[in-house]
Amino acid sequence: MEGELILLGKYIGAGIACIGMGGAAIGVGNVVSNYIAGALRNPSAAGGQMATLFIGIAFAEALGIFSFLVALLLMFAV
Amino acid sequence: MSENVAEGPSGLQIHPMDQFVVKPLFGGEHINFYTPTNVTLWMALAVLCVIGLLVLGTRGRAIIPSRVQSVAELLYGFVYKMVEDVAGKDGLKFFPYIMTLFVFILFANFLGLIPMSFATTSHIAVTAVLAVAVFVTVTIVGIVKNGFGFLELFWIKAAPLALRPMLAVIEVISYFVRPVSHSIRLAGNMMAGHAVIKVFAGFAGVLGLGAVAPILAITAVYALEMLVSFIQAYVFAILTCVYLRDALHPSH
Repeated sequence: MEGELILLGKYIGAGIACIGMGGAAIGVGNVVSNYIAGALRNPSAAGGQMATLFIGIAFAEALGIFSFLVALLLMFAV
Repeated sequence: MSENVAEGPSGLQIHPMDQFVVKPLFGGEHINFYTPTNVTLWMALAVLCVIGLLVLGTRGRAIIPSRVQSVAELLYGFVYKMVEDVAGKDGLKFFPYIMTLFVFILFANFLGLIPMSFATTSHIAVTAVLAVAVFVTVTIVGIVKNGFGFLELFWIKAAPLALRPMLAVIEVISYFVRPVSHSIRLAGNMMAGHAVIKVFAGFAGVLGLGAVAPILAITAVYALEMLVSFIQAYVFAILTCVYLRDALHPSH
């Protein structure tokens, strides 16, 4: 009984942890949409900001990866 | 990680994490630090591929480059421009280091995408070594170059004086979280992509010959993974450049 309860908690926790990935999705979408909006206003400046774009995506994405990692740890390591 | 079987009532068996198990190459159970494992094999292959492309490929030094030589020159020029743009002119001293990191991670990622191969960069142990090496290098460079001036990285002159202590705490924390996020970003991305492919492969295994949709999905995810492999290597290298710029010019 107790073991099943722990298992239940693990799976529910892993599912909840995955909500964080949605946050990362919103973040990455925000970064790219603003980049595209800016690039369409001033296409000549767009190329120079490519590196900044990727850095922004990487920072936003890392947090989603963290939550994915928490989910994986709950599923397989705890 | 061998007992992690998600077994549904329909006989659906998915082992998404089994592909990441480190096994000794020549049998045996115990893994010492010198034991050749599948990780060692695929890392060595990555290094051999890099040598093949960059050393043997450019050996001819032709004025009109051959195909391999122009690929190598493109790669060199790409990384050189990235270091120059992001880390600045004085960051170019560290160009060989960043080039090594970028090319090694790129080849490790792409070799990991070959079916039945092993994605070495999906292990946090591998990426953590790379990230901690970057962290230690950057910290030492910053202290040697600037002495106590390096601490200006945490004491932001542009902010109002009342806010500075609080910002300093945040900056210190974010500085020490750098190697963690730097390594987990790469490993997590690679691991997630490979696990997704394995999950779809599990669906295809259940459906048998009629598994058109899972196979199409695998193809699509595979294409995405090729993009991710490149972007993650790029991001790792460019973040190294950003950290290097911070170390060389801590005051802004």
